[in-house]
Amino acid sequence: MMIKYIFYFLAFVSVFSALMVVVSKNPVHCVLYLIMCFFSIAGHYVLLNAQFLAAVHVIVYAGAIMVLFLFVIMLLNLNTQSEPHKSTWLKFAAAITSGLLLVILVGTLKGSETMVMPVGNPNAGLIKNLGNTLFKDFLLPFEVSSILFLVAMVGAVMLGKKEIK
Amino acid sequence: MSTIQAIPLNWYILLSAVLFVIGVLGVLYRRNAIIIFMSVELMLNAVNLLLTAFSSYRGDSAGQVFVFFIMAVAAAEVAVGLAILIVIYRNTNSTDINFLNKLKW
Amino acid sequence: MISFLIYKTILVIVIFAVSLVVAMYSTYGERKIAAFMQDRIGPNRAGPFGILQPLADGVKMFMKEEIIPDVSNKALFILGPCIAMLTACMTGVVIPWGDAITIGGEKYSLQITDINIGVLYMFGVLSIGVYGVMIGGWASNNKFSLLGAIRASSQMISYEVAMGLSIIALVMMTGTISLKEITEQQAGGNWNMWNVVYQPVGFLIFLICAFAETNRTPFDLPECETELVGGYHTEYSSMKLGFYLFAEYINMFISSAVIATLYFGGYNFPFMHDLGLSENLITILGVVALFAKIFFFIFLYMWVRWTVPRFRYDQLMNLGWKILIPLSIGNIMLTGLITLLRQKYHF
Repeated sequence: MMIKYIFYFLAFVSVFSALMVVVSKNPVHCVLYLIMCFFSIAGHYVLLNAQFLAAVHVIVYAGAIMVLFLFVIMLLNLNTQSEPHKSTWLKFAAAITSGLLLVILVGTLKGSETMVMPVGNPNAGLIKNLGNTLFKDFLLPFEVSSILFLVAMVGAVMLGKKEIK
Repeated sequence: MSTIQAIPLNWYILLSAVLFVIGVLGVLYRRNAIIIFMSVELMLNAVNLLLTAFSSYRGDSAGQVFVFFIMAVAAAEVAVGLAILIVIYRNTNSTDINFLNKLKW
Repeated sequence: MISFLIYKTILVIVIFAVSLVVAMYSTYGERKIAAFMQDRIGPNRAGPFGILQPLADGVKMFMKEEIIPDVSNKALFILGPCIAMLTACMTGVVIPWGDAITIGGEKYSLQITDINIGVLYMFGVLSIGVYGVMIGGWASNNKFSLLGAIRASSQMISYEVAMGLSIIALVMMTGTISLKEITEQQAGGNWNMWNVVYQPVGFLIFLICAFAETNRTPFDLPECETELVGGYHTEYSSMKLGFYLFAEYINMFISSAVIATLYFGGYNFPFMHDLGLSENLITILGVVALFAKIFFFIFLYMWVRWTVPRFRYDQLMNLGWKILIPLSIGNIMLTGLITLLRQKYHF
């Protein structure tokens, strides 16, 4: 029973803060609401018994990615005044479009049949099982992602330099 | 009682669909490139949540490993993307995407 | 169930109170040690030997006028110190303060919760800690605050990387990231040494990064008075300033506890099971041993503060990115190599 209420609460927080990200005028508030949304998603991960993922999610998203966003917004000194606005018509069209997408997704979900889930390992989210899968079945993608990081790092440094000789 | 027994999987699918749609709304609704970028992150997270839910309900670690990779790609993407944004800001003195319709400087 | 809740609540309150008291008396200790190093006497007016000085400071903090800048963002301005204080207190949850105590046949562990991702939890909390400084500095709407905040957060992020890498070597060795298990592996007997013996380089890197993470001298650039007025807390006054300063001392206490737990055996002390003492006595002595280690590290923080001058900003970044990170990667490779060789040749 308790878990149900926790789920409701987390779902409410994540949907509300996600909406506020889109609606807020001030970019810094957007970033802070997005951080709140990420925390509620980390809460969902804990509910799903994926503690490792929850911790990594907080470290990577809240601890690194959002700090970068906050950095850029603070350094560029973006605020409510400098915020560009779309015309009312375009906003209306955007709302209609995404509303239709939601209707389609929910409709698909309604039409589908509920699968009977095969009972697997309940501890799939523990580090031991994750590590086994990661380093046995997905070793090549893991190594390739390290090259991706290297490329991204070099690219970011090169772009960030003021003058390239 | 665990989450898997207490909450039907459909609820998680619904939640991540809603989050994904909010991300789409953000991309269409705003003109500030940084906010659009953040909406893309939101969409990625909706997918992450869905993958984790599937993985937990099936008891299969592979889904969570995918989430791990998505996080890695997102981090790399943000580093490069924000660097590009800063270069754009230096050139146009704004992060408005409507200034970027010329395909040249 | 109810007794479990009561016992956990009491434990949480006790640990919270202990962190606050230790942080309070660290301020007193800091001033006394500074005075000793500079051949002065230090605070000696409030109570015998000035022992009531922290209380007097606290009262002063509460009584001061509270100023919120007119053009600042009020909600975020208040949120900043709250986050700083919250994250400072959160790490104490996973540290094993002692072994279990047996009362009436029931075992009561002195760790609030033994989650199996203890070290990762620690890093998660650490990475949230940046926001307290950043939000506070931005919301003040002052260029010195903003500069201080940006300096502080880039410093904290840079050193977090080296800190994480130095811990990876330790985790490769112990094979677990639960702090309780790491502590138990260092228990005495059979020539079982503390981790610092096996990971001296990792320990040094971790120590330096801990100094940088807590914004202590020689890494106190975010608040260096000569360049930035007061850094990110220039605009703060009264108890909100107190929260920032207090959070720094709590961070110092907690990071000392983490160092003691990870590298210096936590609540273990030499020959603990050879003296023939009863279980509860060993536990209590273990808590005393842990606190002795913690106080030593707090003293080390202060010792360094009054000995080493401040880094220049480019020196700080060079140290972090060009020395500590390559060094810790080398440490990881070496640890991996030795672990493999040990498995192969059984030594």
